[in-house]
Amino acid sequence: MPIERLRSTRPHLFVGRGDAPIAFTRTSGNAVRLAALDLEAARIGLQVGLTLADARAQVPELETFEHDPHADLLWLEALADGCARYSPSVALDPPDGLVLDIAGCTHQFEGERPLAADVERRMARRGVAVRHAFGDTPDVARALARFAGAPAPDETRAVKRLPVAALELDADHTVALTRAGLKTVGDVMARPLSAVAARFGKEAANAVRRLSGDLKAPVRPRRREVPIAAERRFAEPIARTDYALEVLGELAAEAVNELEQRHQGGRRWQARLFRSDGQVQVLRVETGQPTRDVAALMRLFRERIDGLADPLDPGFGYDLLRLDVVLAERLDATQLKLEGGRNEQAQVGTLVDQLSTRLGRTRVRRFLPRDSHIPEQGELMLPATAARPAAAAAAASAWPAQQPGEPPLRPIYLFDPPQPIEAVMAEVPDGPPRRFRWRRTLHDVARAEGPERIAGEWWRRHDAAIPTRDYFRVEDRRGRRFWIFRHGLYAETDDPRWYVHGLFA
Amino acid sequence: MNESSALIAQLRRAAIGSVTPADSPDPEAWLAQGLAPARLHEVFATEAVDAASATGFALAMTLAAGTTPLLWIRTEAAERQGGRLHATGLLELGLPADSLLLAVVADEGALLRTAADAARCAGLGAVLIESWGRAPGFDLTATRRLMLAAEASGVTVLSVRVGAQPVPSAAFTRWSVAAAPSAPLEWEAPGGPAFQVELLRRRGGAAGARWCVEWNRDGKNFTPVDPVHRAAPLSGAGLPLVADRAAAQHPPAPVRRAG
Repeated sequence: MPIERLRSTRPHLFVGRGDAPIAFTRTSGNAVRLAALDLEAARIGLQVGLTLADARAQVPELETFEHDPHADLLWLEALADGCARYSPSVALDPPDGLVLDIAGCTHQFEGERPLAADVERRMARRGVAVRHAFGDTPDVARALARFAGAPAPDETRAVKRLPVAALELDADHTVALTRAGLKTVGDVMARPLSAVAARFGKEAANAVRRLSGDLKAPVRPRRREVPIAAERRFAEPIARTDYALEVLGELAAEAVNELEQRHQGGRRWQARLFRSDGQVQVLRVETGQPTRDVAALMRLFRERIDGLADPLDPGFGYDLLRLDVVLAERLDATQLKLEGGRNEQAQVGTLVDQLSTRLGRTRVRRFLPRDSHIPEQGELMLPATAARPAAAAAAASAWPAQQPGEPPLRPIYLFDPPQPIEAVMAEVPDGPPRRFRWRRTLHDVARAEGPERIAGEWWRRHDAAIPTRDYFRVEDRRGRRFWIFRHGLYAETDDPRWYVHGLFA
Repeated sequence: MNESSALIAQLRRAAIGSVTPADSPDPEAWLAQGLAPARLHEVFATEAVDAASATGFALAMTLAAGTTPLLWIRTEAAERQGGRLHATGLLELGLPADSLLLAVVADEGALLRTAADAARCAGLGAVLIESWGRAPGFDLTATRRLMLAAEASGVTVLSVRVGAQPVPSAAFTRWSVAAAPSAPLEWEAPGGPAFQVELLRRRGGAAGARWCVEWNRDGKNFTPVDPVHRAAPLSGAGLPLVADRAAAQHPPAPVRRAG
């Protein structure tokens, strides 16, 4: 499948190349492994999962490309689009299968076989080799297409002659079935289902039931989501902004209706006001959570209009209003609290949306940890309306844990960039300063702790040597606590400069 | 229906408020319970260098009262002059990063408007308004508006005024905060956050008391400390290196622990 995609979409890669075996590689952990093979590579005995080094040792002339499952899926979707000519209901069977529901669709091809022949011919033109099979249920067709059994006169018997691998259980169970002497699907079907379930698990029993047609999994066809939009045209242009907003509210209600049927809520909305003289005014709002609340939405639009640098000018009037739901996400119906009142989190969400719309998206922020020990890069400030990162990514970088009884070791205010301080007197070259001047005030250091040495991230930047920073927590005689650092060791620079980087509470 | 339920909620809050220890005549109650919720409080730092102490104290007060999540509103000027917020440091003070929202506004007018909107949002626990300089917009009218919004919604509103002199306002309490020398750890290392606090005004109560307190993150309360023994020595005085030649040649690293 990947090789067919590559040959079809980027034929220049293959110009002048012989028919050397080709493999697709994927980096997993620290090893580069084969993820997909072409026919030639499979024929000479390479296997998916082999490390690239081993594969090269076996087949020195092996050509490799980066494995791109996403592009493969897109390519499969494109093929599925093409199959819409055969049936309106086409389902993907990733990574490399398509399921067509051709019930009632064969008349124009005069039967199933001419249809399949047509599919093969068209696919061959795009360089795709097809194996097809017909079945009463999608699962049966799939098993027949993917696994080769002994020839059989009809479908039921063909399924029975498939190897047990066609049940697609995990490797252990497949081996267990074979060891038990059950070589074909028919052998397993001949046993009582309860015995199969007891010995090989519920999965095995379900797989048997699927292939025997007892358990019917419906085809889940791809459905093109039509973007939600509502528009209103006016025979007579409307010149009042208030009325335009009222109409916008009606459009929002229509869009919300549509969203509700899809169990979705809008995250980004765009209203376009077409003026009769051809100008278009665009209003965009964004919410932190998907919403179907027309009133809240209209509040946001009003907020947006209030915040415009140039007020909304109807000119000679608007003759078309259009509202698009640019981004919709799943939103199930929520239950109101029994005791009345609204969800507190929802209230905060509404406030965040309102402030983000008024002040600008980037000005309402929340903090996320980041995996870096450079203090000014150790955390992220993200717009509060932005989607939260996946849990896995969040787990990779967590906030540092605090030890009970320890004073804060990081300041609450951080200067970015750090502010230089002057006239530093240090007792010993590597020690904390005794006195420094910051913002024209002299501070006598009474207490100090340090150094906490923070080196540059040399593994990320290779261009220049980054001076090491020696951080000190210092307190002046009146109790102000500063976080200061010396930029560079004495070994690195002759005259290192001092900076104040933060303030403690 | 809505009106009456709102009225009932307000009455209930008033009833609770009347027995809130922070409202009670005991002037020391705030040490354990923090500020009275659903009120406007003002915290002044007359010198700009005490900004971190003032906001740290205000933050500690909300943490002691347990009113989170917190929306922190500040101006761009504050962001430039005072440095940006550092969530790791705030976490070490006791405020988890996921209960902190930050809004940065352009000027003082936007600051007041945003604060008024936020104070009406009952989903928040507290709103911290950080303003720098004289900020004439924080007059009687504006503070009264904030106070009413706080009473209606139950949100604690804290107005931290850095580099400003106290002026009349409708705030429930008004504090003046400066940094205080901390209780030193081993090796003369600076200790936890310590504040010099003066209660300038308190509606319906005595004012003028002074404390020197230390914020205890683990217990979420303040401990009064004696400011007298804190007279910090000048740097170096605590390390009599000259008397001991061996130590002078190999000065001990002034760290308490590695890392």
